[in-house]
Amino acid sequence: MSGTLVRSSFWLRTAQALALAVAVCFTLGAGDSSARYYDLNHRLMCTCGCSQLLGECNHVGCTESGQELAELRTDIGLGMSDKEIFSAFTAKYGATVLAAPTTHGFDLLAWIAPFAVFGAALLGTILLIRRWAGLSAAKALAAGPEAVADDPDDLARREKIRRETGGDGGY
Amino acid sequence: MATFGSFALLIALALAAYNLLAGTLALRLIAVGQPARISPERLADTARRAGIAGFLAVTAAAFALIWSVFTNDFSITYIMDHSNRALPAAYKFSALWSGQEGSLLLWAWLLATYGFVLRLTHKTDVKLYAYAGTILAGIQVFFLAVLNFAAPPFALLKGAIPADGNGLNPLLQYPEMVIHPPMLYLGYVGFSVPFAFALGALMMRYPGEKWIKVTRVWTLVTWLFLTAGIFLGMHWAYAVLGWGGYWGWDPVENASFMPWLTGTAFLHSVMMQEKKGMMKSWNVWLIFSTFLLTLLGTLLTRAGLVSSVHAFAQSSIGTWFVVFMGIVLAVCIFTYVLQRSHLKSEQHLESLVSRESSFLFNNLVLLTACFVILWGTLFPILSEYVVGNKVTVGAPFYNRVAIPIGLFLLLLTGVGPLLPWRATSLKSIRRNFVLPVITLWATVIVCLAVGVRPWKGGVFSPGDFYALVSFAVSAAVLTAILSEFLRGAGVISRQTGRNLAEGIWLLTRRNTRRYGGYIIHIGVVIVVIGLAGSAFNQNVERELGLHDKMQIGPYTLEQVGATQDSNLNYDSAYALLDVYRDGKKQFQMTPEKRVYLASDQPQTMVAIHSLPSWDLYVVYEGENPDTGQPIIKAFLNPLVGWIWAGLVVIIFGTFVALVPSLSPATAALRVPAARPASNQPALKGGD
Repeated sequence: MSGTLVRSSFWLRTAQALALAVAVCFTLGAGDSSARYYDLNHRLMCTCGCSQLLGECNHVGCTESGQELAELRTDIGLGMSDKEIFSAFTAKYGATVLAAPTTHGFDLLAWIAPFAVFGAALLGTILLIRRWAGLSAAKALAAGPEAVADDPDDLARREKIRRETGGDGGY
Repeated sequence: MATFGSFALLIALALAAYNLLAGTLALRLIAVGQPARISPERLADTARRAGIAGFLAVTAAAFALIWSVFTNDFSITYIMDHSNRALPAAYKFSALWSGQEGSLLLWAWLLATYGFVLRLTHKTDVKLYAYAGTILAGIQVFFLAVLNFAAPPFALLKGAIPADGNGLNPLLQYPEMVIHPPMLYLGYVGFSVPFAFALGALMMRYPGEKWIKVTRVWTLVTWLFLTAGIFLGMHWAYAVLGWGGYWGWDPVENASFMPWLTGTAFLHSVMMQEKKGMMKSWNVWLIFSTFLLTLLGTLLTRAGLVSSVHAFAQSSIGTWFVVFMGIVLAVCIFTYVLQRSHLKSEQHLESLVSRESSFLFNNLVLLTACFVILWGTLFPILSEYVVGNKVTVGAPFYNRVAIPIGLFLLLLTGVGPLLPWRATSLKSIRRNFVLPVITLWATVIVCLAVGVRPWKGGVFSPGDFYALVSFAVSAAVLTAILSEFLRGAGVISRQTGRNLAEGIWLLTRRNTRRYGGYIIHIGVVIVVIGLAGSAFNQNVERELGLHDKMQIGPYTLEQVGATQDSNLNYDSAYALLDVYRDGKKQFQMTPEKRVYLASDQPQTMVAIHSLPSWDLYVVYEGENPDTGQPIIKAFLNPLVGWIWAGLVVIIFGTFVALVPSLSPATAALRVPAARPASNQPALKGGD
């Protein structure tokens, strides 16, 4: 009993130490004023027709990207929020200037659908496995106790293989 | 030669149609067992021989097109549009797939080649191969009909024949472009074969799972071609497009990725069917979907439904593909509904935490990823249709939605192999997962300590966060896989007295499929580490006068001159840049800008200095028209080399998985009887 307690407190302390170490490291962020500019120019498209992100358009003499980047710098300098900047760009260049759908109106569906599908599929899979597991258990019970219980020698042999190979089988 | 090529295509179509009709009739007669004037077996054999002759006819057509390119036959519109006299010989080959008609001919030729091999090896299982051959003939009829009536590659030019052609798209004049499209097409077309076997096996209610064993090599080889094709495309985009990246979530890239995801899901879940007789319907639909996605990808990129920087060849053949996809889907649904009783599972899953359920979750995640990409690719069309407003679905969308799903999949890569079949216990989980979990958290702490933090300028940075998670999960997965190798090798080592390396070798030989799979997973982890490096990319763009310098990372680039060159195909201008590190000159880089004479189109040729830690990637963007000074853009891209190294590991792992395992008898012979170090009984390899 006391051994279990000692082990529990060891794991608890280890977990606390890990959490503390991670928290300390996470909070050590250095300031960088260009990060927002970089982030925003990677959320907008170049409108010259090159189908590239604004920050990645590499056409010499591109008539659009230079102007857009200058506008972005000005907007950031004016203290506009991300939302205001995107609104200004959309008003000027149209909705396709945004590199991703917005999070309102019909566009919201673009973001929701993948997670909704994933969630529904995950839930469905879990329910299906649980149902199958129930069916298997019922089938084993119906077959009688001798079908459920394995030969003790066989179990011991399997456990030995598990121990030695770290698992029981592969693909 | 144009007449010869056109005639060969017509003959090929006639032969494919005969193969389809005679094959269908013969198989129908065999199925109903009715007496007929012609022996159905002999009729089926004539169909098979027509398929073989069809291969020769399509080969003749492909040869005619190649010959026309090499002889500069500009009377053919296709040659006129995709070649010129000064085009180097290697790129004359790539003219075959640089346009719509040529790439369809390549598709038909590869399909004919796969069919040729299949029909030659028909004695493996005559009836099953007859079904598969007939289904392949149906697919071939479609492609040959398109080639004969909608996109003829030998159409003649109207009016006077010009002295020279328009040349090949400069983007395609790069070594990878000689092998990337054929690889990709080998992958795309190759999925027709497992599709044909699956549909055939379902139609004939094939007993047992032998068809899966028959198609395993086909599927794995096809998957390898598609994987290599995708990576070669990534490398081409990296080295040619000059934007410093390798994957832009472009619709064409997405089109190749979707069948790869479903094909990968099939390769995993098919093991459940082989071993447990489970997921039969699921597997059949996975391979149906994979084949349909290869067609959908072609439709998306060829029909101009979505805009893409890669769309080299667009036309109006979309309607043909829509109709064909409709027919294929109808045949699949009809066959499935008719024969679904044949696909009942023999067993069910017994536990939520087991190897079987990990396969199921793996499939779930792969298919979700496929759905996300399909959804993102089609959403602009949907949005325009529903609200009349076209939107862009670019990299930020996929990075937010697909990356978390990808990381979950990576996690499963490590978790799955550690779970036993049927069911597991808490004790077993604890035993198997302690080391990977410790590695995961240790990696998190080390990464945070060295500066990989999810904060950039006090703002949460998803890129850095994903990089941190990728490194940590990759480390955990590597630990899990390596511990699997070491455990097994340790047992062999104790049994035989061999060293650990020999133990790993013998372990792998005993179950090549299992350990080949693990090697592929290691390759995937290496790729993920390489991808995660992109969170730390740096770039600088500057106009550099003579002896001007620019700094990127630890490197200083000095412009020391410029030079020009010219040949019959293009004029080029180079910037000469000396690269210094810690004040010492290391090497010189010569990024290039070309202007192709036939098409008068410019093209950048990037200079890349690759190290395991990063790539120094320099683009000569051209001259500022106002000052005449060269504009240089330099990137420092961490860990990119790992992506290509990962591909090499994946290829190696696939080859290992393709090698037959040592049979227990052979394995026993390889273990010298005189050397056992213990008296433990010998274990069978793997499962």
